[in-house]
Amino acid sequence: MSTTQAPPQRAEPVDRPGFETMTYREALRLAMREEMLRDERVFVMGEEVGVFDGAYKVTAGLLGEFGSDRVRDTPISEEGFVGAGVGAAMLGERPIVEIMTINFLLVAMDQVVNHAAKIGAMFGGEVRCPLVIRTPNGAGNQLTAQHSQSFEGWFAGTPGLKVLAPATPADAKGLLKAAIRDDDPVLVVENLAIYKERGEVPLDPDFITPIGLAAVAREGTDVTLIAHSYATVRALHVAERLERTHGISAEVVDLRSLRPLDVETVAASVAKTSRAVCIEEGWPTYGVSAELAARIQYVCFDDLDAPVERVGMAEVPLPYAKELENAALPNEQRIQAAVLATLGRAA
Amino acid sequence: MSIATSTLRGLYEQMLLIRVFETEAERQYKAARIGGYCHLSSGQEAATVGSTHALDPGDLLVTGYRCHGFALARGVPADAVMAELFGRVDGCAHGRGGSMHLLDVSRGYYGGWGIVAGQLPIATGLALGLVRQGRAQAVLCELGDGAVNMGAWHESLNLAAVWRLPVVFLVMNNEYGMGTSVERASAVTDLYRRAASYDLPAERVDGDDLLAVAQASATLLAGAREERRAAVLELVTYRHRGHSVADAGLAYRTRGEIDEHIQRDPIFRVRALLAQEGVSDDELDGLMGAAEEQVAAAVAASVASPPPAVSTLATGMYAPGSAAQFAGMLPGAPFGERELVFAGGLGE
Ligand SMILES: Cc1ncc(C[n+]2csc(CCOP(=O)(O)OP(=O)(O)O)c2C)c(N)n1
Ligand SMILES: [Mg+2]
Repeated sequence: MSTTQAPPQRAEPVDRPGFETMTYREALRLAMREEMLRDERVFVMGEEVGVFDGAYKVTAGLLGEFGSDRVRDTPISEEGFVGAGVGAAMLGERPIVEIMTINFLLVAMDQVVNHAAKIGAMFGGEVRCPLVIRTPNGAGNQLTAQHSQSFEGWFAGTPGLKVLAPATPADAKGLLKAAIRDDDPVLVVENLAIYKERGEVPLDPDFITPIGLAAVAREGTDVTLIAHSYATVRALHVAERLERTHGISAEVVDLRSLRPLDVETVAASVAKTSRAVCIEEGWPTYGVSAELAARIQYVCFDDLDAPVERVGMAEVPLPYAKELENAALPNEQRIQAAVLATLGRAA
Repeated sequence: MSIATSTLRGLYEQMLLIRVFETEAERQYKAARIGGYCHLSSGQEAATVGSTHALDPGDLLVTGYRCHGFALARGVPADAVMAELFGRVDGCAHGRGGSMHLLDVSRGYYGGWGIVAGQLPIATGLALGLVRQGRAQAVLCELGDGAVNMGAWHESLNLAAVWRLPVVFLVMNNEYGMGTSVERASAVTDLYRRAASYDLPAERVDGDDLLAVAQASATLLAGAREERRAAVLELVTYRHRGHSVADAGLAYRTRGEIDEHIQRDPIFRVRALLAQEGVSDDELDGLMGAAEEQVAAAVAASVASPPPAVSTLATGMYAPGSAAQFAGMLPGAPFGERELVFAGGLGE
C-alpha cells in the first residue's frame, strides 16, 4: 500500500449544475455547435474557419464535426462571400459568416449596408435575410491604424440591421444563438481582448439572451457607466476600484444590443444616479456614445446633475508605437478621470 | 541573363541582409521589443531582390504588409526599418506604422499596406499620376496569391488596361494565403493567366531563381515605362516561416514540404552561382558576417532611438494649415480632434 500523501486538492471552483465555466471563445463555439445540431440550415463560412481552425480559433473543431459543406473555407473575397451569405439567406438558409476582424468588413460594406439591410423593407416584407455576420473589433496589440478599429457604431446607425456586442461568455453564447434564430441580418461584434475571458455559461441548448435588452452588470447609486463589448470589462474594473479608493458607488449598464438599443434600462439607471459616462472602444465622435448622450439628454433632461461624459479612442488613426497606442486607447485611467470629472471630484 | 559578378554579389548581400534582418526581427519580437503583426519573407528573398533590382531610381514601389525585404532591397537603411519595428522616432514611418506600414518616399516606396489588395488601386493611381505628370517611369505593385481573389484585383487590372497605365502587378505566389493553399482558393491556379481577361501581358517565373526574376521584371517594367503597358508577373516562391511570427505554419502543410523548400533555399542557389564565378568561400562567409554586423548595428540604433512623444499623437493626420479649421470644435470631451490638433499635432 502506498504511503505517499495524496496531492493537495486544488480549489477548482465547482460549476453550478447546468453551467460551465468557459472562455468567451468557447461560448461562441458552443452556440454555433448547438445551433448547427439543431438546425440543418445553419452553416459557417469565412476565411480560415476550417482547416486553420479560425484565425482566432473560434470555429476550432467544427470542420471535423460538421464537414466542409457546413464549414466552408472561403478565398479572401469578403464582398463575394458576404454577398453569398445574403443570397443564401434569402432562400431560407441560415449562414453564419465570419469576418476575420471588423476592419475587413469594410470591403463588404456595400453588401451589408446597401443590400442585406435593405431586403426586408425594400421588397415590402416579401423576402427576409436571416444572415449572421460575426467579427471581432478592438485594439491594443499594436496592430496599427488599419487593424485596430471598432466600427460597430457605423452599422448600428443603419436601419435594417441588428447589431449585438456581447461582453461576457454567457452573453456571447446567448446573443449569438439569438442572432442565428433571428429572421433579420444581425451583426455580432466580438472582441479580440475578451476571447480569452472566462465566465459561467448556461448549458441549456435553449438558453438565449434576448435581442434588445441591456443588463445592469453592476448596481450602484452615484453614477452610471454605460458600455458595450470590451468597454464593459474596463468599466467594471473602474467601478470596483472607485468603490475601494473613493467610496464611489458606480452602476454599470452593459448595452449588449446596440440596435435595437435598450434606452429604457439606460434611462432607469441614469434617473437613479443623475450622472452618465458613456464608454466605447471606437471613436466617440458620431459614435455609439454620441447616440447614447443624445438619448439620455432627451429622456433624462430633468434628472441630470452633470453633462453626459464620453470616453473612447482618441480621434486618430491608431499609431503603432506602444506609448502612443496606450495614450490613445480608452483605458481605465481615462475612464476613471471622466467618472471623477462627472462627479466634480478631484482625481 | 548575364550579370556582372560584382552586381550579383551586391544582390546576394541584399538577400543575406533580409534573411539576417528577419531572423533578428523574430528574436526581438519574442523578446517583446517588437509588437503588432510581424510577417517574415524568409525564402522569398530572390523574388524580392530580383524584382526590386529591376526598378529604375525614379520608379515607384508599393507592397502589401510582408514588406521588410522590399524596403531593404529598395535601399531603406536597416536602421530605419528596424527602428520602425521598434516603434521609435527614427523609424522610416517615425514609429507610427510598424512592420506592415514601412515606406520611404525619397526612394519612391509608397508604402506597405495591410488590407489584402488595398494597395492595387493605389498603385494604379500612382501610375495614373506618373502619366499625368509626363514621367516615363513605372510602378511595381507587390501582392500575394491571396489578393487575386479580391474585387480590387480585377478592377485595378481593368483600369490599368483601359487607361494604359505603367504598372506591373507582382504576384508573390508563395502557395498559401495564411492557411489556404492556392488550389483551395483560386479557380485558376496559374495566376498569371488571369491577366488574359484584361488582355495584359503576363509571365510566370521561378521566383527562387534570382536571375530569371530580374530578367522578367526588367522586361515588363521596361514595357510599362516605355510603352505604358501594364503587366502581371507571377513569381512562384515559398515562405519558410508561418504566416506571421505567431503562426507555426504547420497546421496546413507538412514539415516535409517545408524542409524540401528549405533545402532549395534561394540564398544557396545564388551562393553557388558566385562560387562558380570564382568567389571564394572565405569571401562568401565574410558577406554573411557583414550582414550580421549591419543588423546588430540596426538593433543598437533602434534601442538608442526614443519613442515618439505622446504630445505628437496626431502628427501627420491632417495637412499643416488645418488647425484653424478645427478651432470651432470647442474644447472638452471627448478626447477629440480639437485637443489633438491643437496639441501641436500638426506641427503648427
Ligand atoms: C481584406 C482583408 N481580408 C483579410 C485580411 C487578413 N489577412 C491578412 S494576410 C492574409 C493572407 C494573404 O495571403 P497572400 O495574399 O497570399 O499573401 P502572403 O501572406 O502569402 O504574403 C489575410 C487573409 C486582410 N488583411 N485584409
Ligand atoms: Mg501567399
